[in-house]
Amino acid sequence: MALAKRIIPCLDVDKGRVVKGVQFVDIRDAGDPVEVAKQYNQQGADEITFLDITASHEARDTTIHTVEAMASEVFIPLTVGGGIRTVDDIRNMLNAGADKVSINSAAVFNPDFVKEAADKFGAQCIVVAIDAKQVNQPGETPRWEIFTHGGRKPTGIDAVEWAVKMNEFGAGEILLTSMDNDGVKQGFDLGVTRAVSDAVSAPVIASGGVGNLQHLVDGVKEGHASAVLAASIFHFGEYTVPQAKEYMAGQGIEVRL
Amino acid sequence: MNTVKSTASNGGSTQVAIIDYGMGNLHSVASAVKNIAPQVDVIVTSDSDAIARADRVIFPGVGAIRDCVAEIKRRGFDRAMENEIASGKPVLAICVGLQALMQHSEENDGVDCLQAFEGAVKGFSSTPAFQQASQASDESLKVPHMGWNRVSQVQEHALWHGIEDDSRFYFVHSYYIDAQSTNTASIAGTCQYGVDFVAALAQKNVFAAQFHPEKSHTNGLQLLKNFVAWNGLHA
Repeated sequence: MALAKRIIPCLDVDKGRVVKGVQFVDIRDAGDPVEVAKQYNQQGADEITFLDITASHEARDTTIHTVEAMASEVFIPLTVGGGIRTVDDIRNMLNAGADKVSINSAAVFNPDFVKEAADKFGAQCIVVAIDAKQVNQPGETPRWEIFTHGGRKPTGIDAVEWAVKMNEFGAGEILLTSMDNDGVKQGFDLGVTRAVSDAVSAPVIASGGVGNLQHLVDGVKEGHASAVLAASIFHFGEYTVPQAKEYMAGQGIEVRL
Repeated sequence: MNTVKSTASNGGSTQVAIIDYGMGNLHSVASAVKNIAPQVDVIVTSDSDAIARADRVIFPGVGAIRDCVAEIKRRGFDRAMENEIASGKPVLAICVGLQALMQHSEENDGVDCLQAFEGAVKGFSSTPAFQQASQASDESLKVPHMGWNRVSQVQEHALWHGIEDDSRFYFVHSYYIDAQSTNTASIAGTCQYGVDFVAALAQKNVFAAQFHPEKSHTNGLQLLKNFVAWNGLHA
């Protein structure tokens, strides 16, 4: 198959700065988002994901300006998420230059919002983000539940069933983050990645936990993900995007070199 | 949205009109063209007269075909496109813009399109050959077809200038134009995803791409550069 697996650097942005936390807290500064995005564009990243982690109303204008600046200099697809709640939020982000928007909590509160969004803007630009946490006891069949509000609120909803439903409602892509693994650098939660990837017809982006290049390979080979997302390994200069791609290619994964 | 003038405008330069029919993200197309050709005057417009005055026209498109074609017809752009195509000026259609130029699409329970190119638009998921290819493959083929895939240049064209054959471009679509059932003389590029499908069509002064040049990094920017330099003649 000639379609390349994608490598997506993720920019968690708080008040106009790229930051990266461990398990969604303990934040470190990693620079100006436009400059960071330009570097990834030059390095050959396949897409950029921009998550506005504060997403307060005051921060909205800053985000829109950052997206505008990014879109005028970065000529690869740009996904923007964080606080997307209304059709107007989506339109504003697309008009600012985003190619896709990522919907998280708002989909949980009102699943029909995803339907409405996909109908209006097309499934290709609607990403549903799922933050999943393993909830079974040791020895039981693995089970994951989704959490909202940056991972603070449990919902009681099964992550795999939810992904299938969101796909049916028109999500063109699923961004799946393991809450347990995020920032821990021990690799993706391959169990939930594979369970979701095998259950939905849309592409799945594996997220949360990348600490080395083998983890990216595992996300594709074991997790069956179409794309792998990582933040800190790229932001803090441990690896470059070309190094990641060469490593993946060396393991027999088709990538865009 | 009203007409937006590029700040890079300098009197008497080439003008590129990006047709705005209220669907999706036109700014990435505009900023990509500005980036590769700062001397060019780029306008995003829904004014038929402004479109008619421009030297080149880009016909973008994202979203669902039913709404796109309905909006195009409601605004009278079906006639505008017919005029632009007949005028001989270079026209570039992108993604759903390409699909809208075909005869018919099976998306949204079937939609009649603008009939500029011979051939129909089909869904990956509803195509038996695609389903079989997906089952036979090591991993199932996801829909939308999303990401960077290789484009074979099946005929020479000014817009391929400086781009290696089999280069990767960024695609995102669930519907496609079958390479077998289309007028092969007009196929400029093909791509493989379970089935062979049309990546680009070319006919006289029109070049239409299924992929997104504005999102395809170096190769896409080169294609846009070629479009801005193209005289609209297809050898």
